[in-house]
Amino acid sequence: MAETATALPTAAPASAPMPSTFRLGLARAAVETKMFFREKDAVVFTFSFPIVLLVLFGSIFAGGLEGTGITFSQLYTAGLIGAGVMGAGFQNLGIGIATERQDGTLKRLAGTPMPAGAYFIGKIVNVLVIALLEVAILLTIGVLMYDLNLPSDLSRWVTLAWVFLLGVSAAALLGIAASSLPRSAKSAAAVISMPFVVLQFISGVFIPFTLMPQWLINIASFFPLKWMCQGFRSVFLGDAGAVFETTKSYELDRVALVLGAWLIGGAVLCLTTFRWKGRRDG
Amino acid sequence: MRKQYGGVDAVAGIDLDIAQGEIFAILGPNGAGKSTTVEILEGYRKRDAGEVSVLGSDPGKPTRRWKSRIGIVLQNTEESPELTVREMLRHFSAYYPDSRDPDEVIAMVGLTESAGKRIRHLSGGQRRRVDVALGVVGRPELLFLDEPTTGFDPESRRQFWELIEGLSDDGTTIVLTTHYLEEAEALADRVAVIAQGRIVAEGEPSTLGGRATAKARVTWSEGSVETDTPTETVLELSRTFDGEIPGLTVTRPSLEDIYLSLIEPS
Repeated sequence: MAETATALPTAAPASAPMPSTFRLGLARAAVETKMFFREKDAVVFTFSFPIVLLVLFGSIFAGGLEGTGITFSQLYTAGLIGAGVMGAGFQNLGIGIATERQDGTLKRLAGTPMPAGAYFIGKIVNVLVIALLEVAILLTIGVLMYDLNLPSDLSRWVTLAWVFLLGVSAAALLGIAASSLPRSAKSAAAVISMPFVVLQFISGVFIPFTLMPQWLINIASFFPLKWMCQGFRSVFLGDAGAVFETTKSYELDRVALVLGAWLIGGAVLCLTTFRWKGRRDG
Repeated sequence: MRKQYGGVDAVAGIDLDIAQGEIFAILGPNGAGKSTTVEILEGYRKRDAGEVSVLGSDPGKPTRRWKSRIGIVLQNTEESPELTVREMLRHFSAYYPDSRDPDEVIAMVGLTESAGKRIRHLSGGQRRRVDVALGVVGRPELLFLDEPTTGFDPESRRQFWELIEGLSDDGTTIVLTTHYLEEAEALADRVAVIAQGRIVAEGEPSTLGGRATAKARVTWSEGSVETDTPTETVLELSRTFDGEIPGLTVTRPSLEDIYLSLIEPS
């Protein structure tokens, strides 16, 4: 070391290759996930929120939908899986990144040679892990307590996989983009949660579309949550449930189309609006 | 390394060159343009006009390669990660192509005993050392320190100064902003005083603002006098008192005196 250092004082650092974005993305994912699971109170509330809602709604609305053998609890399981996936991406990142922007985390990272892509990869993988766990927990409860039937054929599992992946990625990108909206970490929870809660009510998570005015359904149709929930219902309620959809069909092709569009739109929004600095940092 | 620039936003016109390997301190009251100046050099802020070159590149267009050659120690980060000191250093070291060994850096800043502690549980002073460790783990050629010892007790400050001197001896160029004049005096090869967005003085701490040639003040129990020839004054007094002069002090203006006179709005 000493000999080379004196002979070539600057040659070594100049020629060493920069670490790859993908590898750093995985390293970011590892520390993000570690940090998330070490914040015990946040972990408990993140995962218990949809569970509590499921048990609550499952207990209040114990009946079934006439002539189909489908129960309300099954309906809520599918809806809450959609809301859980959306929450893990949109709410989690929208608030989390707004906080990191204010507390100096982002500023510190921006001063290092870590590329922005690695930061995004880390966030998305982190959200995938959280969402996957949440879906697993909700499914377990649905199966054990509410007679939810896991899909028996491969094609439904494939549908579950692509709706999940498209949905979680679109929600994560939207969350990253939305994190620039709050003016401060303090306002982030309110700014991000309000539209998310409204979206859940109009997207068929809690209230079936049959009870909703058409203009609300039209508004919900612009956003990804309605389509995610529709995709999940197709997996868990089966063909018998299709009659309760607004068009008497699960429209899986449109689900893919809308979620895909949000994925692309979310990526564009991220790349064009993402700021490392807070608004007050000039 | 050369930096030149002028005519910047809150910074009305600053022209300075910092040589490779030196410790350069930027002094100035709050709001004088210190942090803005440094943030432009760090690549955080864009300048409105002027020419800047840091390590041969324009910091307004930072590349990953360029960022890997500088280290930044920010002021007041409030992040409280659930990672341990060692995990944080290991993770950040992966960002750089030729990083220092994380454990060596932890030892360098005196945190070996707290290496397994989560950063959330560290004291303010210990966190500051983590900040410094993160700033140097990439083996930077140029290190920026923004008010690094604010909130340190005197002993930690001395230890910190030794750490900075050690880095400088290894060839790291250091640009430091500080409120503490004794810090600038202890560390810096050269200082610049910024007031109202302009450099009002620049030079070695011992000669800044004509300090070395300023009048000395001779004080004794019955009076005091400002003079260019303090030795003569003392000899005269010695003859008057026939030996020891009661309460004798001879002082030249401190860096603080010079600084205060420089930043006074004229």
